[in-house]
Amino acid sequence: MCFTQNFWNLFISGIANGLVYALIALGYTLVYGVLQLINFAHSEVFMSGGFASYFILNALIGSSQPHGLASVGFVVLGIVAGATGGGIVAFLLERVAYRPLRRRNAPRLAFLISAIGASYFMYNLAGKEFGRDAVSIPSPFTNGTVFTVFGAQVQTYYIVIAVATLVMLVLLDRVVAGTRLGKGIRAVAQDAQTASLMGVNIDRVISQTFVLGGLLGGAAGFLFGLNAGVVYTMGFTPSLKAFTAAVLGGIGNIRGAVLGGLVLGVAENLGIACTQSSWRDVIAFGILVLVLLIRPTGILGERLGRSA
Amino acid sequence: MSAGLQPRTGSAARFWRSTDARRLFGCVVGALVVAVMTGPSGSASAPTSGFTGSLFRPRAFVFVALGLALWAVMTFRSRFGDVVRRANDRIIATPRQLLVNRWYRYIFYLAVFAFAIWYPTILSGYWQEVLVDQIGVFVLLALGLNVVVGYAGLLDLGYIAFYAIGAYSAAYWTGALPIHPPMHLNPFWAIPLAVLAAMLAGVVLGSPTLRLRGDYLAIVTLGFGEIIQIVATNLTGVTGGSQGVIGIPHFSLHVDSLKYVWHVKALPYYYLLLVFVVIALAAFRSLERSRVGRCWAAIREDEVAAEASGINVLKYKVMAFSIGASTSGFAGILTASKIGFIEPGDFTVQLSILILVLVVFGGMGSLIGAAMGAAVLQWLPQFLRVHPLFGFQPQDLFIYLGALLVVMMIFRPAGIVPSRRRRSEIGLAEHGVGTADAMSAAGGPVA
Repeated sequence: MCFTQNFWNLFISGIANGLVYALIALGYTLVYGVLQLINFAHSEVFMSGGFASYFILNALIGSSQPHGLASVGFVVLGIVAGATGGGIVAFLLERVAYRPLRRRNAPRLAFLISAIGASYFMYNLAGKEFGRDAVSIPSPFTNGTVFTVFGAQVQTYYIVIAVATLVMLVLLDRVVAGTRLGKGIRAVAQDAQTASLMGVNIDRVISQTFVLGGLLGGAAGFLFGLNAGVVYTMGFTPSLKAFTAAVLGGIGNIRGAVLGGLVLGVAENLGIACTQSSWRDVIAFGILVLVLLIRPTGILGERLGRSA
Repeated sequence: MSAGLQPRTGSAARFWRSTDARRLFGCVVGALVVAVMTGPSGSASAPTSGFTGSLFRPRAFVFVALGLALWAVMTFRSRFGDVVRRANDRIIATPRQLLVNRWYRYIFYLAVFAFAIWYPTILSGYWQEVLVDQIGVFVLLALGLNVVVGYAGLLDLGYIAFYAIGAYSAAYWTGALPIHPPMHLNPFWAIPLAVLAAMLAGVVLGSPTLRLRGDYLAIVTLGFGEIIQIVATNLTGVTGGSQGVIGIPHFSLHVDSLKYVWHVKALPYYYLLLVFVVIALAAFRSLERSRVGRCWAAIREDEVAAEASGINVLKYKVMAFSIGASTSGFAGILTASKIGFIEPGDFTVQLSILILVLVVFGGMGSLIGAAMGAAVLQWLPQFLRVHPLFGFQPQDLFIYLGALLVVMMIFRPAGIVPSRRRRSEIGLAEHGVGTADAMSAAGGPVA
């Protein structure tokens, strides 16, 4: 096979990419659960998380080289900044581009068009206000090989992503399974009308679902931007892939989104070993089309109307 | 909520909870957003400079004043709406009544057509170019997308991919690509082959994905639009790669002694385009009123009922999708032959979104709307760019277009020149009757 010599290297970086895709995919899946709509503007939630963390870390770190406990502190700060940025944008997005249409019970086409409009508005405005050249987030830690597995080098960056993502996934699981908000999300996903008759404030639940997805997406923007830099167009490709991941795992299904992200991240990395890195996006898109052809409900199955 | 249910509070508190107050808030915030949109740019090192330069300057007051004025107009309209509406109806109704008469209508069409023939001859060279490259081609593209989005109610975000397929097919059949065809053709003879290629691509992409939910189609086409560009860039041996393709010949006619070649000049291409636009208008109009058009309407209004009445929903969706694709491919040939040069960077996803904006702005499902929307929206940025008063920067275009999509969906979903049927469908759908699009979902209605 074409990828024998660096199989494990590709595998591990694929897992790291996949975890980032999973974080974004959760935003799609949560919103799909309550609204049955693709949130086309989620890519810009991701982007604003990247910018928010860039501004904070650039101001605080500057050109210094933090290490030790300071590194951990800055990583946490970056995640919090990204999540806050993403959450605020997601909240505003729902207010402006979704709620007026929902009030009017507009056709589904209208929601998609309005979300696309919001997406183009936001990323081009970001390009205008924050410049159109890519900037790199000052690294809060010194990247290097921490240990090796099967000859593959596991970098600090991968460990940061893995730990951060796992913590957020556990928190999300607790929120959805064990809080009042989670109960609301599950109720609205099952049957919005009945939920509202039972006294669930649908508007509030939907708004909070957007924010929840925005927090994860914004944090993903930070984690992605650490490696790839931050630019106003950064949202498009990772989000298309994250959506693929969400469909691959089964849309509306939280565990499916994580599994789909991991499978997609690894698959596209192993795929480019056989071709060229410029075909990476083509591979991801091919996977999307194949999944839709063969098993449109995804690996773990859709969970619309059962639980988020 | 009726007033009687609300707790008795002071008049100020009641004002802040009223529609008027919310509208006031919306208008002022909206005006400030517009102030930022039109204001100076910032940079990554000074991220707030754009905002402060827009808002902490005297110009902010102008925008706030405009917002307040808008609020006043909207509030007055809701108070004195009937008067305005009656006056408006009287103005609109007179020409409408005239156009009901068939002969008046034909005279009107003839006058418009004569104007379209005469007017470009008095324009400057720059505007003639704009008329062909920016307006004519895009009117054709918008008419094609109108079939997909307006008639069938599907969302196609990779529409430009078919434009690329048409352009590259034209390049292939005229011998401009690195790989050579069996025989070199005049672009005229390449038209059917390239249209066929675009249509086939539409069928191949559409028939699996049109079985799924409508929003899946949107994302698959979005991905497809991106992929076409990557493929065109990377398959250097076939497409010429990122360098692009040069030397696509112009259209030419040789019939016995009659010989004519379309050169780089805009005006001959304009008349060629005009012919095709008129053909497209006539064809789509009769299509809309045919059995096929009625099937599309039935699918839009209630997919399940349409299926139950014996309409092959998938067939008609694929048909709409591939008609759109072939129109786009056709526009691709025209552009390729006019400019003589294509490169992967011409076929961005942004361009697909642009055409969606043209259709949505003009009116989904309305031929006149789509054509007028395309003409107006393509003309306006050019006008603002060359006009010294505005100093519009082309790279900011999509900020405005994105905002326009949201605003249209909130305030006027049927477009500026709505199709009457389409508007009533949207109205019905909002009252829980039918769907007004072909997005049938497994998950039931939106909350």
